[in-house]
Amino acid sequence: MTYPIKLTDKDLLLKAIRMRRDIVEMVHAAGSGHPGGSLSSVELLITLYNEFLKHDPQNTKWEDRDRMIFCKCHITPAIYSILSRTGYFPPEDLLTFRKLGSDLQGHPSRFHPHGMEMSGGSLGQNMSIATGVALGLKTQGKQNRVYGLTSEGDLQEGQSWEAIMSAAHFRLDNLTVMVDYNKLQIDGHVEDVMGVHPLDEKFKSFNWHVLIIDGHAITQVKEALAKAQTLKERPTAIIAHTIKGKGISFMENDAGWHGKAPNDEDLKKALAELDEQEAKLSSLNPTP
Amino acid sequence: MEREMMLTRQGWADALKELGRQDPRVVVLDADLAKSTLTCQFKDEFPDRFFDMGIAEQNMINVAGGMSLTGLIPFVSTYGVFVSGRAWEQIRTSICYGQLNVKFGGAHGGISVGPDGATHQALEEITIMRVLPNMKVIVPADYYETYKAVMAMKEMEGPVYIRFGREKVPTVTTKDTPFEIGKAYSVREGTDVSIIACGVMVAEALDAAEFLESKGVSAEVINMHTIKPIDKETILKSAQKTGCVVTAEEHQKAGGMGSAVMEVLAQNHPVPVEMVGIDDTFGESGKPSELMEKYGITSKEIIEQALKVIIRKKNKN
Repeated sequence: MTYPIKLTDKDLLLKAIRMRRDIVEMVHAAGSGHPGGSLSSVELLITLYNEFLKHDPQNTKWEDRDRMIFCKCHITPAIYSILSRTGYFPPEDLLTFRKLGSDLQGHPSRFHPHGMEMSGGSLGQNMSIATGVALGLKTQGKQNRVYGLTSEGDLQEGQSWEAIMSAAHFRLDNLTVMVDYNKLQIDGHVEDVMGVHPLDEKFKSFNWHVLIIDGHAITQVKEALAKAQTLKERPTAIIAHTIKGKGISFMENDAGWHGKAPNDEDLKKALAELDEQEAKLSSLNPTP
Repeated sequence: MEREMMLTRQGWADALKELGRQDPRVVVLDADLAKSTLTCQFKDEFPDRFFDMGIAEQNMINVAGGMSLTGLIPFVSTYGVFVSGRAWEQIRTSICYGQLNVKFGGAHGGISVGPDGATHQALEEITIMRVLPNMKVIVPADYYETYKAVMAMKEMEGPVYIRFGREKVPTVTTKDTPFEIGKAYSVREGTDVSIIACGVMVAEALDAAEFLESKGVSAEVINMHTIKPIDKETILKSAQKTGCVVTAEEHQKAGGMGSAVMEVLAQNHPVPVEMVGIDDTFGESGKPSELMEKYGITSKEIIEQALKVIIRKKNKN
């Protein structure tokens, strides 16, 4: 199947619930991993991979595919879930996450699983990679778009700003970077640890287009990604306000869930919450 | 002996221009040092395939990595200190772990950088580059070898690091000397001691061998232009013949070319070894020749170490 496809908001929201289920199940099975920042990025990834990113999971080397570069690579539960659920590899493999010999490394390698464009895990580096991919494609006159997903932790790295400066310098309007702005990092609140506010003004002063959205509102994510495709001369940053741990009540807005695995009891509670959300959503009439 | 003096960085620039003509995928990135690394010559001929990344080396390395993912073959250039040191973790995690097809040119290697002083004298690149899986490391001896090495780098998939210097260096190879990455060779045959050298020290080793011959000592000189992959066969063959070794490099002794040679010898054919190199210290400002003299990076030092190692060999036997 070739993406993008058109889905109803209800379908996208159902997919988001399934993705959250994957995330908590993977981290629980591995006994380690990063649920908080995975859960905050769900709507951004569901919308991008289904409705905007041009890609074909059966043909990973397709010349005309768009490129997705993850800058926040610790959210492998979210990354592997979206890749698997769009058809890159069987969902059964998800539970091998972080185990010896698995394709699903704690932080991703560009060689596996299928669908990874680049390895990552050391913050700050992949904003430059995304810039290089966009520059390389543009230099060769290619029309493919490049997407990135970053976070405020990634933006604390100086290299990210070197990349942001150079992407504007080279007028890379084929580059769109989403910021999963969940306001928490390992040591606590971002503004207590090392403030990044105001992100919008920072990007603007680095000569980027800036769009600000609620990163959990599917309609807003769609509108921003559509708008970004039309903006010229500069790269676009979509600053998405999100909630760390979104969707699992006891994980929301708690830095403690940045890199902690749920125990059996936590998992049971989390899955019950997701079941409830799904039942509620299913009972609604299809949205237009 | 009189030898023609030429710039190794001109070999880098000439090869890049030739590669640019041969292959449209070749692009060059520099960090505001194009006039010094001589990539400005590539820029003049291929302005659309040259990217000045400003003074931001970490970004430059990974932008090159991103460009390689689109099928281009990026050659990255700046001073060795900055490319290998400042962006080491970028090279490690993005380029080497990701096996990206990026080529690195580290200019101004060695203490012969001269008056710029310690901050700009790269003395650690061999050590910190060769430790990285998937990386190849080349230290060519002169202009012609640099040219051939750069041409060969393009044909080799994956990351390759090449070091060249600031000053003109004596020419010890010719246009027709065969060059193969990973294949060292003896420049001069001998039976009493093996002098294994790289970079400008090949010329110093040849001078040393000539002097030793006048004293009745037969020294073999090996040009170890590739530090990784190291040519075990050539090292062992020579050491088995001579029974002792002097290594010579314009680089820290710790972890450099000499260490790589000793790793091979210690595991396969232990013989006495003495090292010529920088002894766990930083450099300083001065004329290149003054610095080489002060820090013991000379044919004189090679001769002393050769005589010393031969005595050790005799005492052992």
